[in-house]
Amino acid sequence: MDRRLWWFLGIGLVVALIVAGVLSGFAADDPDGLERVAIDEGFDETAEDHPLADSPLADYAVEGVEDERLSTGLAGVVGVAITLVVAGGLFYGIRLYGKARRGKEAS
Amino acid sequence: MHIPDGFINIPTAAGFGAAAAGGVWYSIRRAARFLDDRRVPLAGLVAAFVFAAQMVNFPVAAGTTGHFLGGVLAAVLVGPWLGSLALTVVLVVQGVFFADGGLTALGLNIFNMAIVGTLGGYLLYRGIIALLPKKRPATVAAAGVAAGLAVPLAALSFVLQYAVGGAGGASVGTVATAMGGVHLLIGIGEGLITALVVGAVLASRPDLVAEAPKVKVMAHG
Repeated sequence: MDRRLWWFLGIGLVVALIVAGVLSGFAADDPDGLERVAIDEGFDETAEDHPLADSPLADYAVEGVEDERLSTGLAGVVGVAITLVVAGGLFYGIRLYGKARRGKEAS
Repeated sequence: MHIPDGFINIPTAAGFGAAAAGGVWYSIRRAARFLDDRRVPLAGLVAAFVFAAQMVNFPVAAGTTGHFLGGVLAAVLVGPWLGSLALTVVLVVQGVFFADGGLTALGLNIFNMAIVGTLGGYLLYRGIIALLPKKRPATVAAAGVAAGLAVPLAALSFVLQYAVGGAGGASVGTVATAMGGVHLLIGIGEGLITALVVGAVLASRPDLVAEAPKVKVMAHG
C-alpha cells in the first residue's frame, strides 16, 4: 500500500483522537434532542437502566478517574481504538468473504 | 438520538431489529463485491472518526444539545454500504462498551441511524447531486444538505417506532412535531460538519473519496 495513504490514515487517526480525547471534554452537557423531547413529552421515565451501566466505560467516563475532562477524554481514546479494531476486523473479514466469493464465481 | 431500553416495546424493537439486520446483511453483501485492501483501513478510520465526532455534543437551543450523526459523511467518503456498516459498528461499540443506547434498543438505533440516516441520507445526496454540476463545490454542498436532512429523517424514523410501540403516553403528533423541530436544528450542525470534512478530504485526497466528482483524464498523444 502506498506511503501517502498511510500518511492520510495517520493524520485522520490523530484528528479522531484529538476530537475524542480533547474536544469531547468541552462538549455541552445538556440532554440531546431525543432526551429533550422525552422529558418535555413525559416519556423519559419509560427509559430503563442500561444493563451495562456499571461497566468501566459507561457514559463515556473511565471508572476511577476523578477529573471529568480527563475521564471523558480517556474513554474517548479507548473508544476510538475499540471502534478502529472492531470496524477494521469486520471490513477485513468482508474483504476475505468477497475474495472467496469472487474466486468461486470465477472457477 | 440513541434510544435507551424501555422507550419502545420489545416486539417493536424486535421487528425493527430484524429489518436492521436485513439491511446490515445486504450492506455486507454489497460491500464484499468491491472492498479492496485500500478501503479496509480507510473505512475503519471513518468508523473511528464518526465515533469520535459523536462524542461532541453542541448546544442547539436552551437546555438542548445535539451531536453529529455521520451517516451521510461516511456514505460520501466510503460509499453507502461501507458507510452503513461503519455506523453499525459505532452503535454496537457505544451500546456495549459505553452504555449509550440500550441493548434491546440496538436494532432500533441501527435502523434509525445506520439504515435510514445513512442509506436514506445517501439517497437524498444522490437526488441532490443529480441536479447539480459534477464539480467539487457541488459535491460538498450536496453532502452538507443531505446530511442536514438525514438528521430529521432519522428522527422521524424514531417517531414511526414510537407510533408502533412507544411506551409513553404523548400523542404521536406532538412527538413528531417536537422531534422534527429539534432535529432540523441539529441538522444544521450536521450539515456544516459534513461539508467541512468532505471539503477537506476532497481537497487533500480526492482519489480516496467514493463520491468524488470523476475528473476527465485528458488523453496525451
